[in-house]
Amino acid sequence: MDNKTDLVEVLSKLIPLGKVTMGNQYPEIIVDPDKLHETALALKNLKNTPFDFLIDVTAVDFVTHFLLVFHFESTNTHEVIVLKTQLEDHDSPFVDSVSDLWPTAEFQEREIFDLFGIRFNNHPDLRRLFMEDDYGYPLRKDFKDEINIIEYPN
Amino acid sequence: MSEEIIKNIMVGEHEDYLINMGPQHPSTHGVLRLEVSLNGEDVKKVTPHIGYIHRSIEKMCEKDTYKQIIHLTDRMDYLSAHMNNEAVSLLVENALQIEVPERVKYIRAILDELSRIASHHLWWSAFGMDLGALTTFFYGLRDREKILAIFEESFGSRLLHSFITPGGLMHDVHSNFRKDTLEFIKYFRKKLPEYKSLLTDNIIFHQRTKGVGIMDKKTSIAYGVTGPSGRGSGFSCDVRKIAPYGVYDQIEFNEILKNDGDVFSRYLVRMEEMEESMNILEQLIDKMPDGNEYTAKMKAIVKLPEGEYYQRVETARGELGVYVVSTGAKHPYRVRFRTPNFSNLFVLNTLAKGGKIADLVAISGSLDLVIPDIDR
Repeated sequence: MDNKTDLVEVLSKLIPLGKVTMGNQYPEIIVDPDKLHETALALKNLKNTPFDFLIDVTAVDFVTHFLLVFHFESTNTHEVIVLKTQLEDHDSPFVDSVSDLWPTAEFQEREIFDLFGIRFNNHPDLRRLFMEDDYGYPLRKDFKDEINIIEYPN
Repeated sequence: MSEEIIKNIMVGEHEDYLINMGPQHPSTHGVLRLEVSLNGEDVKKVTPHIGYIHRSIEKMCEKDTYKQIIHLTDRMDYLSAHMNNEAVSLLVENALQIEVPERVKYIRAILDELSRIASHHLWWSAFGMDLGALTTFFYGLRDREKILAIFEESFGSRLLHSFITPGGLMHDVHSNFRKDTLEFIKYFRKKLPEYKSLLTDNIIFHQRTKGVGIMDKKTSIAYGVTGPSGRGSGFSCDVRKIAPYGVYDQIEFNEILKNDGDVFSRYLVRMEEMEESMNILEQLIDKMPDGNEYTAKMKAIVKLPEGEYYQRVETARGELGVYVVSTGAKHPYRVRFRTPNFSNLFVLNTLAKGGKIADLVAISGSLDLVIPDIDR
C-alpha cells in the first residue's frame, strides 16, 4: 500500500493536468477530455515507471454523461493506474484518439465507437466493428432493441 | 468518383488481388474473416473482419445477477472456461472481502492448470494440422481426452463447466479428483517427449516456423499482445506472477520467456508451459488440504457496494480483465471484459505483412485465437 501512495505523490507532481486520487484498487487520474492525449503521452514517457502497456480502454454510459476509462500498466514495475475522462455531451460525444501512442487503442476505440457512438478525433479507421452501419449504439442505456422482443424481467 | 480513388487506381493501389480467408476457413478455427490483399504470393495487408459470433455478452450482463454472469463467461474463451469463471468470482469476492476456504483456492488453481494444459493440447493438435501434420491432431486429442474425463467425472460437463462461482465452487469435486490428476501427470510426462520428437524436432516444421512472423517486444507491448504469444517476444506479462491471485504466490514456478518472437518461439513457450503447468499441478496436489469444504458462506443474492472493480486473470491465451461498475444493485451497471484474443488478433496485419500467404496460416495459428472470445 505504501508503494501505491508513493505513486500517487509522484504522479501528482508529474501530471499537473489532472486530479490524482487513490481509488479502491489503483491510483486514478481524472482529466478533462481536451487534456487526455497530453496526459496519456506524459504517462507513457514517465521516467522510472513508463506506463507503456495499455491494458484496456472502455466507456460507461451514465445517462447524463459518458466516462472513458483507461487501464495502464508499467512494464517496469507492473503497477497499474487508471485514467478517466468525462464526456459531458451525451448526444454527440467526441474525444481525441490515443491510437497514435498505442496501436491497440485503434481497435478498442473502434469497439467503443461501435457500441457507444463516441467519436475519436484523428482516428485512422473509425468504422463499426461488430454491428451494421445503421444499427443503434447498443451499450447506451437508452438503446431500444426493436427486433428482439424478448425482455428480461427485472 | 473522388480524386483520391482515381489517384489510387492510377498508381495501382486497387490492382491488389483480394481474397477472403474465412469466415468458414478451417485454419481460422471459427467464424473469422480475414480480407487478405495480395501481390502474387506476398501479403500486402490483412484486414480482420469480426462480429460473426457477437452475442452481446456485455449487454446481457447488465440484466443478470453476479452468479448468472458466470455462465456467460464460459462462452467467451470456451477453452479457458475455468479461468473466465474465476475472474468474475475473484472480482465479487474481493469487492465483498469474502475469504474463500484454502481448499477451494487450491482446487481452483488445479482446474486452471488442467484447463491450460487441455487448451494447449488443442492448440498443438490444430497448429500441427494447419501446417499439414495431421498426426498431431490425433495425438493431442487423445491426451486431452484424459483431462476432459477428469472434468466430466467431477462436473458432468466437458467444455462449459460453470463450476467456479462467487464464494467457492458449485459443489465438491469427485473423490477420485486428486488420484486422477496425479495419474494424468504421470501419463502425460511420458507423452510430452513424444510430442517433441513428432513435431518440435521436425525439420520441415522448423522451416515453416523459424524466422516467420517476427514480433519484437515493443510491438507486443504496443498491441497489448499477452499470454504465450506475448511471452514468445520476451514481454513479461504473466498475471500469475505480476499480480498473483488465489494461491499462485505460494507456488514456485517460472514464467516462460523466449526472445526470438517468431512463430517457433511462441510454439516453444506453449510447449514449455505445459511442462511448467505439470510442475505447478504437482505442488498444488501436494499442498491441497483434505476435507470437504467447497464454498464460503454467501448470500443468495449478491450485491456489490457502489464503486468500480477490476480483476485480472491469466487465461490460457493471455490476460483477461473484468471491469465492473456497480451502483449497489443486484445487477452490475456495466461489465466490460478485456479479452486476450481481441488484442492478440489485431497484431496479425503487422506480423503477416510482407510475408507469404502460406505463412499467414502459421502466424494466425501461433497466436492461438479463439473467435468467440474476440466477439463476446
